[in-house]
Amino acid sequence: MQFSENWLRTFVNPAISSAELSNALTMAGLEVEEMTPVAPAFDRIVIGEIVEALKHPDADRLQVCKVNLGKEILQIVCGASNARVGLKAPCALVGAELSGISIKAAKVRGVESFGMMCSAKELGLAVEANGLLELPNDAPVGQDIRQYLDLNDQLLTLKLTPNRADCLSILGIARDVAAITGAPVILPAANAAKIESTKIQTVSIDALDACPAYYGRVIEAVNARAKTPDWMLRNLERSGIRSISAIVDITNFVLLEFGQPMHAFDLTKLSGGIQVRFAKKDEPIRLLNNTDVKLASDDLVIADDSGAIALAGIMGGESTSVTDATSNIFLESAFFTPDSIAGKARRLGLSTDSSYRFERGVDFGITQMALERATALVLAICGGKAGEMIAVINTLPNRKIVYLRYARLLSVLGISIPQATVGTLLAQLGFEFSANGDVFAVHAPTYRFDIAIEEDLIEEIARLHGYDKIAAITPTASLGMLPASESALNQAWLRDTLQMQGYQEIVTYSFVDESWERDLLGNPNPIKLKNPIASNLSVMRSGLWGGLLDTLTYNLNRKQERAMLFELGSSYHHSEQSAYSENLRVAGLYYGSFQPEQWGVIAKEVDFYDVKATVDCLTHGKAEYRAETHNALHPGQSARVYLDGNPIGWLGKLHPKWQQHYSLAKNTYLFELEALPLLHKPLAQYEEVPKTLAIRRDLAVIVNADLPVQHLFDAITQASISLVIQVQLFDIYQGKGIPENKKSLALSVLMQDTHKTLVDTEAEVAMAELLKLLENQFSASLRN
Amino acid sequence: MTNLEHLISESLADFTACSDMPALENAKAKYLGKTGVLTDALKGLGKLSNEDRPAAGAAINVVKQAVEAALNARREAILNAEQAKQLAAESLDVTLPARTQSQGGLHPVTLTLRRIEELFHSIGFDVATGPEIETDFYNFTALNIPENHPARAMHDTFYVDENKVLRTHTSPVQIHYMENKEPPLKIIAPGRVYRVDSDATHSPMFHQVEGLWVDENISFANLKGVVQDFLQKFFERDDLTVRFRPSFFPFTEPSAEMDMSWNGGWLEIGGCGMVHPEVFKHVNIDSEKYRGFAFGLGVERLAMLRYGVNDLRHFFNNDLRFLSQFK
Repeated sequence: MQFSENWLRTFVNPAISSAELSNALTMAGLEVEEMTPVAPAFDRIVIGEIVEALKHPDADRLQVCKVNLGKEILQIVCGASNARVGLKAPCALVGAELSGISIKAAKVRGVESFGMMCSAKELGLAVEANGLLELPNDAPVGQDIRQYLDLNDQLLTLKLTPNRADCLSILGIARDVAAITGAPVILPAANAAKIESTKIQTVSIDALDACPAYYGRVIEAVNARAKTPDWMLRNLERSGIRSISAIVDITNFVLLEFGQPMHAFDLTKLSGGIQVRFAKKDEPIRLLNNTDVKLASDDLVIADDSGAIALAGIMGGESTSVTDATSNIFLESAFFTPDSIAGKARRLGLSTDSSYRFERGVDFGITQMALERATALVLAICGGKAGEMIAVINTLPNRKIVYLRYARLLSVLGISIPQATVGTLLAQLGFEFSANGDVFAVHAPTYRFDIAIEEDLIEEIARLHGYDKIAAITPTASLGMLPASESALNQAWLRDTLQMQGYQEIVTYSFVDESWERDLLGNPNPIKLKNPIASNLSVMRSGLWGGLLDTLTYNLNRKQERAMLFELGSSYHHSEQSAYSENLRVAGLYYGSFQPEQWGVIAKEVDFYDVKATVDCLTHGKAEYRAETHNALHPGQSARVYLDGNPIGWLGKLHPKWQQHYSLAKNTYLFELEALPLLHKPLAQYEEVPKTLAIRRDLAVIVNADLPVQHLFDAITQASISLVIQVQLFDIYQGKGIPENKKSLALSVLMQDTHKTLVDTEAEVAMAELLKLLENQFSASLRN
Repeated sequence: MTNLEHLISESLADFTACSDMPALENAKAKYLGKTGVLTDALKGLGKLSNEDRPAAGAAINVVKQAVEAALNARREAILNAEQAKQLAAESLDVTLPARTQSQGGLHPVTLTLRRIEELFHSIGFDVATGPEIETDFYNFTALNIPENHPARAMHDTFYVDENKVLRTHTSPVQIHYMENKEPPLKIIAPGRVYRVDSDATHSPMFHQVEGLWVDENISFANLKGVVQDFLQKFFERDDLTVRFRPSFFPFTEPSAEMDMSWNGGWLEIGGCGMVHPEVFKHVNIDSEKYRGFAFGLGVERLAMLRYGVNDLRHFFNNDLRFLSQFK
C-alpha cells in the first residue's frame, strides 16, 4: 500500500514529524517499507507566465522571454521549444538550487537572464522531459511551485500483513494512526445525494451468502469526458494508480480512500435487471483488460439478461464498460465475502486492487457511505443527476463477542498494566466493550476481520501498549538434565570424523539437473518439481554425487588441483507407503594426489584403499565390501558397502566415461553411505586383559590371483582355529618367482593361550591347521 | 727398584695422542696390558724383601692409579667427541614445513547451526527434525494457514504434487513434535527450507532454525528474554538488544518481527510469537493449560552477520577459497 503522507494527514493530522509518523506506523505493525520525498529539496521556484517571447539576436534556438512573476517581471533566456507567450511554467529565481545547479544572474550569448524556466526533469519530478513543465492556465502566478504542486509530501509504502486488510485504505491507516497518537479522524463529506433522476436499475441477488450487501445507483447525464481534478490525479498517482477517465478515477479514488472497491457500468449497455449469481460452468466473459475467460461454477458474477457482465469483486466486463461516449452510469458498491472471492482471481491469473481487498475482507459498514461519496464526486466532477439508491441487503457477517480476561492478558504477555488502561486501549481501537469483573466483552468493528478469539485482542492490546515496552525476561524453569545416549552418535560425529580425515564440507541444492539423476545415478524416475526455479534444478536428488562432482569442476575451473569434499544431506525417493521418503546420507569425493604437494614425500595419486579407509572409519570397521557395479563407477573398482548384512552405500572410482564427461584430468573416488546406520556404536564392554603374551608366526601362501582376500579371512574366522587370535595380511606379491594367475599372500598369525605361556609345539600344531585349511579351501600352497 | 713416576707423564702424552678408541686401547696395553710396564713392575714385587715390598707396591699403585685415571679421562673425552660428531651430523633444518595431510573443514552454515544448537542445548532444548517434502497439511493447514489464505501466496512454494510441497519453513517440525510428545517441550528444529525465489539476497534453498517452548507459564516477555539472551551469546555482545515489532504469522499470536540492534540501527533477524490456539488444537494440547512461544531464525543471515559474509550466494557456490576461510 503506497500513499501520500499529505493525503493521510487530511484524514488524521497528529502533531508529529514525517519520521515520527513513519516510526509510529512501523512500531504499530504497519511496517513502513519505504518513505521518499515526492520531490527533491529545492526552493525559490515559483509559477511564472511568459508574457513576451522574442528570438535571441545571436542564437537560433534561444528566446528572450519576459516572465511575469506577479510582483515583478524578469527577463529570462530560454531554450525550450515550448516556451511561448501565455505559457505558465515553473521559474527558478536567482539563488535557487536544483539538481546540482545554482541559478545565478548571467549573460546568455550576450543577453542578460535572471533565472531559469524549468522542465519536470529539472525539478526532479520526472526522469525525462520534453520542454518546460506546462502548468494550467489558472495556476496562480508567483506562487511557490512546492505549494502549488503539493511537493512538500512523502510517499509512504506500507508492507501490510494479510490480517490487516482494514489498512488497505487511507481511512484505515488513519484509524490506526488515531489509535496510536490520539489525534481525531476527519472523514470526508459523503452526504446523501439530492435525487434528481427517477431512473432505477433493478438488482436481484441469487448468491445471498456470497453477496450480503449490494448498493447501486443510476446517475444520468454525466460528462464522461470531464477532466479529473489535479488534486485527485495527484493522490492517485502518488498511490501508483494511473488515470483512465474521470469516472474510473473516482471509483479508484474511493477505493483508496475507504478501501471499498466500486464499479461503474454504462447504463445504456445493460440489458434488463442486474443479478448477482454464480457463473454457469464455462460461462464466457470478456474482461476489461480484453481477455476472454471461461468461468467455473463457483465464480461469482454480476450478470444481466445477456449473461455475465463483471467478475464480482475482481474485474468488470468489457461489454458494459464506461467510455468517453457514456452518458448514464450505474454505480455499484457491494460487499462480497472473503470466502467467495479468495483464490478466484489467482485461478484466472489475475490480481486486482479489488480482489486483493475482497479476499482479505472489506469493511461492510462502509458500503453505503462509499456509494454516497462516489456519487458526490461524480456529480461534482462530471455533473449529472443522481437516482435513488438501491440496496439489497441480506445477513451481514456477525461480529461475535470476544471475551478478554485481564489476568490472562497479563500472564500471556508477561506485563503489568492497570485494568483501566486495557479499557482505554480498547476504546482507542474503536472496539465496543463492556467489563464484567476482570473480563471484557468486546465487539469488533465491521472493518476488523481479524478479531475472533481472545489472543487477537491480546495482540491488539500489546500492539497499542507498545511491543517495545515489553521487557525481555528469561524464563525460570525446573532443572532436569537432558538424556545423553553414549552409543547413539550424532551428525556432528560424522562431520567431525570426515573433517579430521581432511575432507571439506560442502552444501549443495537438494534439487538438481534431471540428467544427473538419469545418467549419472541411473534413476529414470526422480521426484519432479511442478514449478522448478530453473530447468537445471527441476528434480529432487536421489544421491549426493552430482553436487560433489559439480563442486569439484567448479573448483577445478578456479585452479584447485586436488579436492576432498563431503556433504551430509538428504536424498529423496518415491516410496510405497507415504509417496515420498527421505534418507539422510553422507557422501565424499577424493580427487587428485593422496597428500597435498610437499617436500620429502613421494607423490601418489589417491586410490581405492585410501578412500576405503574413510568408509571403514565411518562404519566402525564393521562394513563388508562386495564387488558390485554402479552406473557412475568403474566396474572393476566399485564396491557396495554392507553393514549388518544390509546394503548402505557405495564406494568406488568414478567411471572413465564420467571422468571424461566432467573433463577430469585425474582419478576421482566417491563414496556414499546412509547416515543413520552409522550413528550407532555399542557401548564398550570390558573383557579381561590376558596375563600371558601372544606369539607371532608368519606364513606366506600362494593362491589364485582372483581370490578375494576377504573370502580367506572369512574362512579363517569361521574355522576359529584353537589358539589363533588374529590373522593379518602384511604383504601381497605377484611377479618373479610366482606363477602367473597366482599371488603370494604374507600373513602374520598371532596365537595365545589365555591361561599359560604357549610352547613351540602347540604353536606349530595351530599353524599346520591353518595351512591345511587354506590348502583345502583355496588350493593354497606354502611359498618357499 | 727403578723410579716409575715418569710413566705418569709419558702415558698422559701417549693417551692424549690417541684420537679414537682402538688407538687408546693400544696405548693402554703399553702400560696396563699383560706385558705392560706397570704389570711387569707389579710382577717384580715378588722378588723384593718382605721389608721393601709394601713401600715399593704402594709406589707402583700410585703410578698405576694415575695412569688409569688418565686413561679414563681420555676414554670419556673420545666418547664425548664421537657423540658430538654424530649429533652434529644428525641435525635438521627445523624450519622446514611439517609433513601434512589435508586440512578438512566444516561449512559455515554447519558452524553456525552448531553454535545455535549448543547455546539452546545449554538451557535444555532438544534438537528435532522433520521431512523436507511436506504435506500441505503440515506445512500450512496445521499451522493455521488454510487453503486460499493470503499467507500461502506469500510463501512462494515449490510443489511436488497436488498436496506435497518442499517445506517453506521449519515450523511443520513443531507440529510433528507436538503430535508425539506431551508438554513441557523445548526444541529447536534446524534444517533446509525452500522458496521459489532467487536473486542476490534470496536463495531457493536456505536454512532455518525453529524454536519452540511450551509450558504452563511461558510469556511473550519470556520469548523476548530468550531471543535476546541467545543473540547476545551468539554474537558475544552483551550490549545487544532485541526489538519486537507487531507482525502477523497465522501460527502465532501475538506475533512479532525480531529486530536486533546492530551498528547503531536495527536489523531484522526473524519472526516469532506465542503459539496460536488453533495450532495447539491441531495437536491436542490444551491451550488453557499450556502456552508456548515459537521463533524462526535465518541461519545464513546469522552466519553472514557473524562472519561478515556479504553475499548469500557464497554459501552454495562451495568455492574452496571461501570455505577454507572457516577452518
